[in-house]
Amino acid sequence: MKTYTNTGNKDTRSGFGAGLTELGRTNPNVVALCADLIGSLKMDQFIKENPERFFQIGIAEANMIGIAAGLTIGGKIPFTGTFANFSTGRVYDQIRQSVAYSDKNVKICASHAGLTLGEDGATHQILEDIGLMKMLPGMTVINTCDYNQTKAATIAIAAHHGPVYLRFGRPSVPNFTPENQTFEIGKAIKLTDGTDVTIVATGHLVWEALEAAKALNNKGISAEVINIHTIKPLDDKAILDSVAKTGCIVTAEEHNFLGGLGESVARVLALHHPTPQEFVATQDTFGESGTPAQLMDKYGLNSAAIIKASEKVIKRK
Amino acid sequence: MSNTQQLKDLTTQVRRDILRMVHKVNSGHPGGSLGCAEFFVALYNELMDRKPGFNMDGKEEDLFFLSNGHISPVFYSVLARAGYFPVEELNTFRLINSRLQGHPTTHEGLPGVRIASGSLGQGMSVALGAAQAKKLNNDTHLIYSLHGDGELQEGQNWEAIMYASAKKVDNIIATIDLNGQQIDGSTDHVLPMGSLKAKFEAFGWIVLEINEGNNLDAIIKGMKEAKTKTGQGQPVCVLLKTVMGNGVDFMMHTHAWHGKAPNDEQLAIGLAQNAETLGDY
Repeated sequence: MKTYTNTGNKDTRSGFGAGLTELGRTNPNVVALCADLIGSLKMDQFIKENPERFFQIGIAEANMIGIAAGLTIGGKIPFTGTFANFSTGRVYDQIRQSVAYSDKNVKICASHAGLTLGEDGATHQILEDIGLMKMLPGMTVINTCDYNQTKAATIAIAAHHGPVYLRFGRPSVPNFTPENQTFEIGKAIKLTDGTDVTIVATGHLVWEALEAAKALNNKGISAEVINIHTIKPLDDKAILDSVAKTGCIVTAEEHNFLGGLGESVARVLALHHPTPQEFVATQDTFGESGTPAQLMDKYGLNSAAIIKASEKVIKRK
Repeated sequence: MSNTQQLKDLTTQVRRDILRMVHKVNSGHPGGSLGCAEFFVALYNELMDRKPGFNMDGKEEDLFFLSNGHISPVFYSVLARAGYFPVEELNTFRLINSRLQGHPTTHEGLPGVRIASGSLGQGMSVALGAAQAKKLNNDTHLIYSLHGDGELQEGQNWEAIMYASAKKVDNIIATIDLNGQQIDGSTDHVLPMGSLKAKFEAFGWIVLEINEGNNLDAIIKGMKEAKTKTGQGQPVCVLLKTVMGNGVDFMMHTHAWHGKAPNDEQLAIGLAQNAETLGDY
């Protein structure tokens, strides 16, 4: 099976920072807004190079979303930056009315998503944001898996007209996708070919899915791993083509099983190709304090959990 | 348009439009709409530097944002009569498949509307963003916005009000419709807000008061004065004292007509008090 090399752990938020810096150099319409988390969002370099195109809003996320919506009127492409919790749940109605319903070209860029925020605990670890954002008509929802992909996605969404939710995280994780890749919104990436089980993963769980596939391969199980960076619009064809071969599927995400990638996949399967599915996701729970690795282990969001789910779903065929 | 009689005639016609629109669908918000008729007429026909046609980006022209979107009837009437869309379309207000939704939206592509509003408290932030886009584009035109007084109970306004002066957004004139009423009663009864003048000033705004907010001359004079205060490093706020339901005697000075349409008999009385001037749609 095809294998992937970790070129060195890096945080996905730094990929966002690098992508934003590049946009600052190449697209004069790109502007950035932050609600008092410049360092956490890695926006420093963009600000240094383009101080006139940066708006420090202060701790006022609702105002940030509204200002971003207003900046689009006049042709700007605003990128807002704060934690995922404050990018979504805190400002849901502002996004709903002033951005999504108003069809404003705002890029909501959210770091520290999911459990891997770690020690700050459940107040900051949102596990509902994919659901909140994918329910908004017209919203594109992207959850990238590593530094390189996050950088590429950041650059790509500037060229897409319409509201986008870009979700990434805090911890350093394996960087294994190609440098300077072209990011295609809505186009899933098949990472390994397999015949026994399909593993569809997003975000930090993509690397874990590859690790799981390796271990499954050693047990004689052939797993097809698909990197679904775009949860909406979902690449239905990639999923259906794969399950036509494998006949079962595991979805893996750092998110509640309610409202996440797994439910989107289940809908596609229910409509077109009913297939046994297992969900690697949090089970309708809040997170808690701990190290990212401890939390991912406790809440069953790692390669071990994906292996277990794969073995289970194969038996359900 | 600079002839006062023409503006008065237009205002009367706008009042008729408002009454007929909400009556037809037995829903909508006549009270606040009537109270702001003079303001909208003055803004679109005397104060704003507008370009013909409609372009969402609105470069090189003054822009207006309505934050208290429930007064859509007055907005739609004035937009239609300013040529943004056919006045006959006012017939479709709140009907299915209409561009004239209950609350204004860009979603159906109605010319003249740049942001959805209705969920209160969001318009100030949007207006500030548009103002800052103008600065980035070296566009010296102004941003106008309108907000209800009760609407200022929404906290996002105060985030925006704080931000505007801190960031010296001095190309905006935010007008507060000070009619003293909201759905559940007077603002003083529901949630007294104290002196809005003192509050805005404490937040670093230049504040002007227009005490006769239903007098076209007073509005034009006051708003022109507000315009002279822009570009001085501070945002500008106009406290516009209006009478809810103005121009229809039984609707005046009460919150009862905030979100209630007149019946046939009441419509007839209201229209009799506002004779047709420019022609009904």
